[in-house]
Amino acid sequence: MTEQTSAQPDTTPLIFERSRAGRRAGRPPRPGLPVPELPSSLRRATSPRLPELSEPELVRHFTKLADRTFGIDTGFYPLGSCTMKHNPRVHERLAGLPGFRDLHPHQEDEGAQGALELMWRLQEMLAEIAGLPAVTLQPAAGSQGELTGLMLMRAYFADHGEERDTIITADTAHGTNPASVTMAGYKLEKVETDARGNLDLDDLRGKVNERTAGLMLTNPSTLGLFDEGIEEVAGIFHDAGALLYYDGANLNAVVGISRPGDMGFDIVHYNLHKTFSQPHGGGGPGGGPVAVRERLEPFLPVPRVVQEGDVYRLDSDHPKSIGRVRGFAGPFGVFVRSYAFMRAYGPALKEMSEVAVLNANYLLAQLRDAYDLPYDRLCMHEFVLSARALKREHGVTALDVAKRLMDYGIHPPTIYFPLVVPEALMIEPTETEPKERLDDFVDAMHAISEEAAKSPELLKDAPRSRPVRRLDEVRAAKQPIVRYDFGARVHVEATAAPTIPEDRGQAEA
Amino acid sequence: MSSGYLSLTDADREEMLAAIGVSSVDELFEQVPVGVRLDRELDVPPALGEAELVRHIEELAARNVHTGAELSFLGAGIYDHYVPSVVDVVLSRGEFLTAYTPYQPEMSQGVLQAIFEYQTVICELTGMDVSNASGYDGMTVAADACFIAKHAVPDRKKIVLAETLNPQVRQVVKTYAPGFGLEVVEVPHTGGTTDPEQLAAAAEDAAAALFQQPNFLGCLEPAPDLAEAATEAGALAIAHVDPMSLGVLEAPGTYGCAMAIGEGQSAGNWPSYGGPHYGFLAARRDFIRRMPGRIVGETVDMDGQRAFVLTLQTREQHIRREKATSNITTNQTLLAFAGLATLSWLGPQGLREVGETCLALAQYARERIPLEPVFDAPTFKEVAFRTPIPAREVIKRARERGVHPGYALGRDYEGMDDVLLVAVTEKRSVEDIDRLTAVLEEVCQ
Repeated sequence: MTEQTSAQPDTTPLIFERSRAGRRAGRPPRPGLPVPELPSSLRRATSPRLPELSEPELVRHFTKLADRTFGIDTGFYPLGSCTMKHNPRVHERLAGLPGFRDLHPHQEDEGAQGALELMWRLQEMLAEIAGLPAVTLQPAAGSQGELTGLMLMRAYFADHGEERDTIITADTAHGTNPASVTMAGYKLEKVETDARGNLDLDDLRGKVNERTAGLMLTNPSTLGLFDEGIEEVAGIFHDAGALLYYDGANLNAVVGISRPGDMGFDIVHYNLHKTFSQPHGGGGPGGGPVAVRERLEPFLPVPRVVQEGDVYRLDSDHPKSIGRVRGFAGPFGVFVRSYAFMRAYGPALKEMSEVAVLNANYLLAQLRDAYDLPYDRLCMHEFVLSARALKREHGVTALDVAKRLMDYGIHPPTIYFPLVVPEALMIEPTETEPKERLDDFVDAMHAISEEAAKSPELLKDAPRSRPVRRLDEVRAAKQPIVRYDFGARVHVEATAAPTIPEDRGQAEA
Repeated sequence: MSSGYLSLTDADREEMLAAIGVSSVDELFEQVPVGVRLDRELDVPPALGEAELVRHIEELAARNVHTGAELSFLGAGIYDHYVPSVVDVVLSRGEFLTAYTPYQPEMSQGVLQAIFEYQTVICELTGMDVSNASGYDGMTVAADACFIAKHAVPDRKKIVLAETLNPQVRQVVKTYAPGFGLEVVEVPHTGGTTDPEQLAAAAEDAAAALFQQPNFLGCLEPAPDLAEAATEAGALAIAHVDPMSLGVLEAPGTYGCAMAIGEGQSAGNWPSYGGPHYGFLAARRDFIRRMPGRIVGETVDMDGQRAFVLTLQTREQHIRREKATSNITTNQTLLAFAGLATLSWLGPQGLREVGETCLALAQYARERIPLEPVFDAPTFKEVAFRTPIPAREVIKRARERGVHPGYALGRDYEGMDDVLLVAVTEKRSVEDIDRLTAVLEEVCQ
């Protein structure tokens, strides 16, 4: 793969800078009726300074911004733990069908039977994949699924008259796990990873007790390794009367191969935007359905989608429910896409996971000699390399490797995560990449490791091919400018503030 | 059979397995203990090709009655405003659609700039200093705002909600509150609006007071008085607002609110049976370091060129973990872009015109419909009417005649089984309201 060197310095005006007073695109209907006078205290005194553009300029602006964005459609995007797989375009057509797109969420159940049936069918498939019987589709994203799961634990133990206040997470956990623990009002305890990348069972046994509400675990872990002791782990928690929560961020490795319910987990969230191909949209939307064992079912959020004969309806009559975690029954448009994705595969969803794991292991085999491999095992759908030798020997960091990859036309992997691996490069190719793209990546990574030895300044200076070069992130955090100020340059907050170390700017999703 | 979404040939697979040094894909899974492997095929329906898939899902879609198939006056939080075609331009660009959170700014200047522009538009609409890059929806942003209040006013453990706040918003706050260690208290309405004195009394030991403008009953609250009442009681005033109203209604920042939140759907998202949409959360500058979720800031690159980057990340879960201001990670960026496109397409004049059209049509409905308006307070785009038979029965009968007349407020409010909430947007016409009038005359006999 050849290096791209074509970039020119290139600024794009803000939409507000393209704006001209009096110009407009949209002309809403004016019915010719008198407009009632509002009380003066409620009437807007000063117009919001929205952009004023004609439609041609508006279209050009968004086209320009799209041109300055790299998506899966642009090229290889091995962002570890984010499962950046191809997003089938038929999904957009289907989610845009008027029967879905223009369906009001307060429509009576009898006027929404197709939507309710789709959700019910999706629940059924998700339940089968998790190996757990009951599903709520409501949570809006994986992190909200986590919080929902923790609320379910709290409701379950309260219902059983038990006081348990601690949640255990792995030291390899996504940041969302500890953040969710705090939001749910639990205390956090961390358990270490052993030399093979599994949970340290001795450390675990010492930490699980009658105060333990449960475990949150990603399996395979963020190291891309399946926990070989998962049966013992489940036993330790269940023996202590605690529950196990499965963070589905890495479910793409095991669909049809191993089910979280069979591993011993009691609560599972899925990331529909990862495993089941809802497009990531520059940051979202996502979907974070949750599946549970029978004993947790009474506590699931309402409304729930239920089937009665040939009829489907929303059911809120669950007195033990934790309540509502989001509006309506969930992000329906996401469900249409994921349902379509799962129906396109059928039982071959297993092959999806097999190829994801094959692609990852192929990359691992090709790259293990050029970079450090902290856990020397076959991987699952992703793996973590370390650039620590490059740093020690040549002074280049994982960040430098990531920035240099951009000059090869590749989106960098996740870096500096998981935290247990220094100079981490977390690589997830997904199942949809052809071998040629994987080989391009291998070539680029080898070229970069050679450059690190021969001309490290190429890495330090990278990227050179993008619309901008490396940014002053410290300045952005110290003197935050978080909105356009129409020419009056004022920082939102002028006080000095903690800054982000250069090498801690990124993690998973 | 192999899915068309997969790219490996049989020859590729053989070559790759050889490179790995294993003889089969099964060997790759030996790390999965035998006891937890699934020893059968997944029990899910068989695979469908694209044409069959489209046919199957079109059949499901056809069983829904959407706003193009019946004349609908449903609102109650989700509104059928016009979504301009420029939104299609944004949503159909694969770069926006298939990118993720812009962790690597050099790869993502377009997304970052669009978020910065979105933040600016939200600040302009609400009169606030800072906006995040979006929350899940108009309900969860209320819980986010309460989490900010919990930390900003740490000696107070109570949240006050006006009863006229969207019931689903209140339900979500109540679901989250126990984990935050917060108690929730509700202030009943008086004639369709919230009494500032009652709010002040309830807010005396509260961290925050939340109200909605226009409120869920369709009425315009005395919002400046409510904000003042909450603030004087030492609580943060938080207004839940409809973006499409903010061309004609005053901005919460102007009347002293600490935060403004809301459901973005009405500006740029289709109803889509409840999502995905975007929630917005904007605040005064005091709260910038307590904001949840992504925030984009302006900076420069090594050459001094203007550029945009995710900033203040020390607030966020991937850095601060259990001390983060929120667990939010995935948000609703693409939906927020649809909002940015829509509000830019309207511009200040268009937004004001949408608001004036809503005001005018709601007034027309109020005068024309042969039912008694329940409340005297001024309205924006929704009017509550008293029905002579239960509202649910009115809805049933009207739907048989091809008109969905609105939302039955008895779903959420005791004693309101005979109240119908009728919503208009600029997509409804005088003739549409005349048709609704005729149908209501018929079914309310």
